[in-house]
Amino acid sequence: MNNGLGFTVERWTRESAAFGIAVALVVLALAAAPLFAGADAVDKLTTLFIYVILAAMWNALAGYAGLVSVGQQAFFGIGAYFAIRLAVAGFPAYPSLLAGAVGAALLSIPVSFFMLRLRGGEFSIGMWVLAEALHLLVNLDPLIQGETGTSMIAMNAFAPAQRLAANYWLSLGAMLALLGAIFVLLRGPFGASVQAIRDDEEAAASIGVKVIAAKQTVFILAAFGCALAGVLWLATSITFQPKTNFGVQWTAYMILMALVGGLGTFEGPILGALFFFFVQNEFGENGVWYMAGLGVVAILFALFLPRGLWGEIEARTGLRLLPVGYRLRLTERTRARPVM
Amino acid sequence: MSFFNLVAQGVLLGGYYALLACGLSLMFGVMRIINLAHGDLAILAAFLVFSISDAFGLSPFLSLVGVLPIMAAVGWALQRGVLERSLRSGMLVPLLATFGLSIALENLLFEAYGADTRSLGGMIGDLAFDSYEVTSQFSVSYLAALIFALSVALLGGLSIFLKTTSLGRAIRATAEDPDTAELVGIDARAVYAVAAAIAVATVALAGVMLGMRATFDPYSGPMQLIFAFEAVVIGGIGSLWGTLTGGIMLGLAQSIGAAINPKWFLLAGHLTFLAVLGIRLFRDWARARGGLRSALGLGG
Repeated sequence: MNNGLGFTVERWTRESAAFGIAVALVVLALAAAPLFAGADAVDKLTTLFIYVILAAMWNALAGYAGLVSVGQQAFFGIGAYFAIRLAVAGFPAYPSLLAGAVGAALLSIPVSFFMLRLRGGEFSIGMWVLAEALHLLVNLDPLIQGETGTSMIAMNAFAPAQRLAANYWLSLGAMLALLGAIFVLLRGPFGASVQAIRDDEEAAASIGVKVIAAKQTVFILAAFGCALAGVLWLATSITFQPKTNFGVQWTAYMILMALVGGLGTFEGPILGALFFFFVQNEFGENGVWYMAGLGVVAILFALFLPRGLWGEIEARTGLRLLPVGYRLRLTERTRARPVM
Repeated sequence: MSFFNLVAQGVLLGGYYALLACGLSLMFGVMRIINLAHGDLAILAAFLVFSISDAFGLSPFLSLVGVLPIMAAVGWALQRGVLERSLRSGMLVPLLATFGLSIALENLLFEAYGADTRSLGGMIGDLAFDSYEVTSQFSVSYLAALIFALSVALLGGLSIFLKTTSLGRAIRATAEDPDTAELVGIDARAVYAVAAAIAVATVALAGVMLGMRATFDPYSGPMQLIFAFEAVVIGGIGSLWGTLTGGIMLGLAQSIGAAINPKWFLLAGHLTFLAVLGIRLFRDWARARGGLRSALGLGG
């Protein structure tokens, strides 16, 4: 593909094609895991998939659309609440969970008109206030009984082993579908639009990018994704306690995973979720020191490695595993061309 | 006259919120930055005063005199070490870094002081509960009145400082346009650091007042950040006196909400904040269509 200009523009590199095949194999192995892996491993992998969803959603917001939300727990919690309400009204358990996430996404549509008018830090805390307000409103529901909470009793209709496998496949499917949605969105012209908004909103608007509409798309997708993670969490834990499900710690985890992995890259949040998953398994029982350590890690990455682990790997090695961006490859002719 | 009492308590509570929001308003006005560790710094100051007063048997007011310069230094260091980078790399870095700082501070305070709820109220003697009885139905607590007066004095003092001193003028010029300010010989970096030092010192003052009028624990910070932010937004961003109005409106909303149902104290504040945002969006929408009357199709 030589255009006579001395360079070619390419999307799929040889590594990314090989990586695509590797990913397909890993996905097949993961899909078959409940057939041969132990209950503990299946349970832990389910948690990992939920983390990947959360990290990828927060990255779509902040890394691509420049929206630093400190209130994504609003959707994580409200989706679970909707699911419980539907289940109590007599709907079967799993359809209630999915409908709960869809309900949260529908709620995010009017919210988006409101919140997306706020800029930078105003948006951050505005979202936090929204999450607090939803938390307090849910507390008023007699079914929830304030901070006491309730349980998703409908889940007891399934045997534990059956439930474990169902939650696993649902989480795996949700993760793959959401990652796929982000991949497709960001590859197209839409990806270029939102990144232009992130880099300079006025400049993007001046060249015809529909700023509010583009931000809205990402916002609603992220709300749906976080709500889906919230209902999956409910499916595995069964209990619903407003303080936990609407806790700001969910956003803290999302920020940490996306930041450590690499904001604004597709692979970064997946790497960040893996990092967080292992760190939590290793040090999670150290409680308060562990949380303080996470805070320090966030500060250090924000100040000294703002591109995250994946951003650094990409910059140093030129490795591109997933073809989200474009790259220029200079042909031999250009390199050999004598200087006149 | 219980309604009158309710309004008075709400207004006085608003004085505390204005005190708390003053630093947030100043930093946002000058640096265009929101420090997500704002509330945690207030709680840090309250714990520092608690420790000093506890160890030396000093009045918290005396300990505060020692803690204010420490917190000003913390603000200076925060600006130089963390927030300054935002001038080069955009909003993302300071938001993420101050969020990390907030989590680290909360958990380190927990490690140092444990989960117990503390108060400075026991160290200030009668001031904690004395009040001036206007009628049998209506009384004003000395401490609440003191905090309100402190808040008005601080906001007034800052306004005069920004208007009349040369440092104040430098801060306003830098807030307006740092590049142009540098052209006329202002060191924008130094000005930002001074503004951050003043802001964090006022936050410390607010944290200690919180400790005197109520209780605090290591995880009280985020709620204080939210109150401060609500007061700033309700009052209109970038105006110091607006911060006082915003604080009073927030205090009133919470007091009236709590009078209807104690569970609605916080909720009434949050809903007032969201309602103010909604009204502002509606006004902008109407203005973009040539005023409210023509937007709604009333008259030509």
